[in-house]
Amino acid sequence: MKIGYYPGCTLKTKARNLEESALAALKVLGVEAVELPRWNCCGAVYSLADDDLIHLIAPVRDLIRARESGHDTLLTLCSMCYNTLARANDIMKNDAEKAKTINMFMDEEPDYDGSVKVVHMLDFMRDQYGWDKLKEKVKVPLNGFKVGPYYGCTLLRPKEVALDKVDRPIIFREFMETLGAEVIDYPMATQCCGSYQVLGAPDITLKISHDIIRDALAHGAEALALTCPLCDFNLGKRQDLMIGKFDGAKDMPAFYFTQLLAVALGLPVEACHFDLNRSSALGILKQKGLIKEASAA
Amino acid sequence: MSREITSKNIDDKLKQKIREISGEIVQQCMQCGTCSGSCPMIEHLDYSPRLLMALLQWGQAEKVLGSNTAWICASCHVCQARCPRGVEIPRVMEAVRLLKLRANVNHIEPSNLQPEEIIDLPQIAMVSGFRKMTS
Ligand code: SF4
Ligand code: SF4
Repeated sequence: MKIGYYPGCTLKTKARNLEESALAALKVLGVEAVELPRWNCCGAVYSLADDDLIHLIAPVRDLIRARESGHDTLLTLCSMCYNTLARANDIMKNDAEKAKTINMFMDEEPDYDGSVKVVHMLDFMRDQYGWDKLKEKVKVPLNGFKVGPYYGCTLLRPKEVALDKVDRPIIFREFMETLGAEVIDYPMATQCCGSYQVLGAPDITLKISHDIIRDALAHGAEALALTCPLCDFNLGKRQDLMIGKFDGAKDMPAFYFTQLLAVALGLPVEACHFDLNRSSALGILKQKGLIKEASAA
Repeated sequence: MSREITSKNIDDKLKQKIREISGEIVQQCMQCGTCSGSCPMIEHLDYSPRLLMALLQWGQAEKVLGSNTAWICASCHVCQARCPRGVEIPRVMEAVRLLKLRANVNHIEPSNLQPEEIIDLPQIAMVSGFRKMTS
């Protein structure tokens, strides 16, 4: 199985643990993810102004690269990239007037009609690979590991690009269950972590991120599974600031969903780049006996 | 809390400006408050999303543009997902931000950010933050 792949900026640097674990896992699953040639930053957020088409140029250019490379489907791992590319694609497909303006503006590029399907690794696994097939490949089921999947915003909203039911998603639960984990549902799994407000309103962002962790802990989660490097920053990396500031704040191991996939597929721990997680991540995997002590060094 | 609305501070062009930028018609809001009940930022806003919609309907430009609401909004889209009137509130918030940004007024100043504040930030945080809060 071959698929076009868009990494995005953060996955090449700060979130190598997301990309490298995913690519290692896909290889074992027999999926060849072909990175787009000459891809550019998608812009991270979709422009919400009707009169602002210029910010659609970047994501549309990436979609054209996918089309030119002969891909019908474009795989993303970062949920912000997914959202931005999928919404840009939706416009090119369904808004003839805007699509025409954009195509005319990009006169050095071939016209684009929205015919590439943008997917995220989670719906790719559900719809194209299949949970049953994935289950057969699991070598180290995450049995007894209580994981709280955190959806955040951009995989579910707006509805035009939602991977699942906007208010009652189950796709992440299904993914984690396929890996053998004990999945913990908690109400704040779809509430925003504060996103880019870590720049504009860092204290408020810390507070609402902490509320999410507290909620997951209160419902019995031992770890969070994430899909987005910005969520990972707010809910993972910034835990150092929460502990000591908020009553009852505790360490909560945070993983990218692809790291847990790689562990469940029995891949060597090096594939997961746990050095980019907080130390509690590796700690709990050892404690649960899901990775071998020796190779973890 | 009382809110003074007089004919002196009504800007009748406000609704139109918002509509031109966002495509949204603020009069469609029926003030049910579902957005405010869903907003993760609610405790920290000068005006809730519902009240912001009311202030826009009443042409209260000064209040709207002087409030922190659109600047604390994280574009999480939960309000839009639940609005029974189909108002795309995050677009309205973006239009309010753009009224200021398009006058070349930055909300955050990239050059004022300290290296130690940004060194660990993922690229998508910087790109999205600057997209939303600088002109
Ligand atoms: S949910 Fe929609 S209709 Fe209700 S107050 Fe908010 S914007 Fe108005
Ligand atoms: S998009 Fe903005 S206003 Fe709407 S719920 Fe999210 S933070 Fe609140």
